[in-house]
Amino acid sequence: MADRHLATDTPELRERWGAFAFTSDNKAKADYHIAKYPEGRQKSAVMPLLDLAQRQVGAETDTQGWLPLPVMEYVAKYLDMPVIRVVEVATFYFMYNLVPVGKFHVQVCGTTPCMLRGSDDIISACKSRGMEKGKVSEDGFWTLTEVECMGNCATAPMVQINDDNYEDLTPERLNAVLDALAAGESPKTGTQEPGRKTSEPAGGPSTLKEMVDANHDYRSEW
Amino acid sequence: MLADKDRIFTNLYGFQDWGLKAAQSRGDWDNTKDLIAKSQDDIIEVVKASGLRGRGGAGFPTGMKWSFMPKESKDGRPSFLVINADESEPGSCKDREIIRHDPHKLIEGALVAGYAMRARAAYIYIRGEYIREAETLQAAIDEAYEAGYIGKNACGSGYDFDVFMHRGAGAYICGEETAMIESLEGKKGQPRLKPPFPAGAGLYGCPTTVNNVESIAVVPTILRRGAEWFSSFGREGNKGTKLFQISGHIEKPCVVEEAMSIPFRELIEKHAGGIRGGWDNLLAVIPGGSSVPLVPAAEIMDAPMDFDGLKELGSGLGTAAVIVMDKSTDIVRAIARLSYFYKHESCGQCTPCREGTGWMWRVMERLREGESSSAEIDMLYEVTKQVEGHTICALGDAAAWPIQGLLKHFRPELERRIAERDGVASAAMREAAE
Repeated sequence: MADRHLATDTPELRERWGAFAFTSDNKAKADYHIAKYPEGRQKSAVMPLLDLAQRQVGAETDTQGWLPLPVMEYVAKYLDMPVIRVVEVATFYFMYNLVPVGKFHVQVCGTTPCMLRGSDDIISACKSRGMEKGKVSEDGFWTLTEVECMGNCATAPMVQINDDNYEDLTPERLNAVLDALAAGESPKTGTQEPGRKTSEPAGGPSTLKEMVDANHDYRSEW
Repeated sequence: MLADKDRIFTNLYGFQDWGLKAAQSRGDWDNTKDLIAKSQDDIIEVVKASGLRGRGGAGFPTGMKWSFMPKESKDGRPSFLVINADESEPGSCKDREIIRHDPHKLIEGALVAGYAMRARAAYIYIRGEYIREAETLQAAIDEAYEAGYIGKNACGSGYDFDVFMHRGAGAYICGEETAMIESLEGKKGQPRLKPPFPAGAGLYGCPTTVNNVESIAVVPTILRRGAEWFSSFGREGNKGTKLFQISGHIEKPCVVEEAMSIPFRELIEKHAGGIRGGWDNLLAVIPGGSSVPLVPAAEIMDAPMDFDGLKELGSGLGTAAVIVMDKSTDIVRAIARLSYFYKHESCGQCTPCREGTGWMWRVMERLREGESSSAEIDMLYEVTKQVEGHTICALGDAAAWPIQGLLKHFRPELERRIAERDGVASAAMREAAE
């Protein structure tokens, strides 16, 4: 199991987050999620609501957000479920941050398919910029996490930073992405291999070549 | 090689728009009403005849799975279709391409499959890390509602069918069908004991079928082109086309749709640009995602890539996630990293898995450096056998098999590392004594 612990419940934490409530925007989103499930099954929405809450904490702190205990209590109340059930969910799923993270959460995939394509070098490149696993850098910008297979194996190695993936990395390409992010720019997402679109073989697809330039309809050939 | 006209996922690489209009001009949502004008049993018969086996790893016949669903609700409970888009098996990256580049195939498939199994709604459980993919999928669902293809009176068929998306949050185990159902109910994703099977009591205690994204997304095309068309590809018992995901030490990693049973060599040569450093440089292949045992180079080179062909080699097709390793690979580390993965992803419910995955990983880490003994290799094998088959779900098995594959094929390498370290240690002792 992953090693996960709640942040200590302190008076300061209570003071900072005790009055947490969804913004009206997030309230609308929360109710949209709840409506997906049958009546009386509102606790099915605990996962999307925790995600919303984490994102709101992130917006308020200019980071990627986390889940202080009072925020979990708010979600529990919102869904009329025991706090412990919410804490169970928050601690079970790896994407809920139980401690604060930086403005950029750099999640490097280190599982075997990425490892075979050089994820060691990607992690070293992050560390040589001063990032430490599980810590927020002094400037508040960076948190490094090694994550398990992200499903980008045909464009490995890769990193997910906040909501976007950067694939086909080398240390140089990663550094270019990180520099751009630090400068407040929006670097190109997806594969960083020049000329590659997504997961086709680099240098051009071996199949479906008509699709490259036009929305080809193959039905006439059936 | 499979002809382009016989590929189902023509926008696999996303060169063209995923949106409804573009999807329709590729053939999706083309008179879907006609497809579901057939009776439920007729659709199930076509899917059975097509030979489609589940694309999520286990390879259970899809049509048969649907036929387990109740034909009528005696107590008023609705039925549900749950679509497994929690793609997390290391090496697998096919459902992502379907979702972000051809989402309407999945949504149309959800309607057709949902109708065939008499489901009230489909929940698509997409892994949490697929953030942009989830945005695309939700937008596609909204388009389909807007066009009247799903929702009340879907496609004008008189059938009401909803499609909802549910995002996960980073737990591999939720790809196990009962863990997925638990997670949908707002709980920790810990697998349930079976029986009862989901077809009897699944989501909210209602009859439920859980299918992989690819299994569902191919169904409309099978219905349009006929069972004979689909079953014209692949060997007996291994029919159809399949998305292969080729990663690791090949020249050009890629995802590609090919006919089932394509020989490994042909798959790699035609699409992945060959093995890095040539075929003599191939060490081993994990042919179906991290859960299946590795196969040494000599055995896999000309093997057919299908369920039965790989089973004969003591491995499996799994999700057809082909992880290729050349001779530069530290094979012990490659497998030890998978052991770490399973340790990280064990849900903690069953003791053999919770404790065993950590134990096996720690031994594997020592074996990397040869800090072990021959007797301990035997003990490691024993422990994998004590984890395998002694847990509620298959994660315990999945953690055991890669190690068993390593021990079966690379034991001499493990012994060599132990001997090398022992040699170094005794040389150091001699030096100290002098």
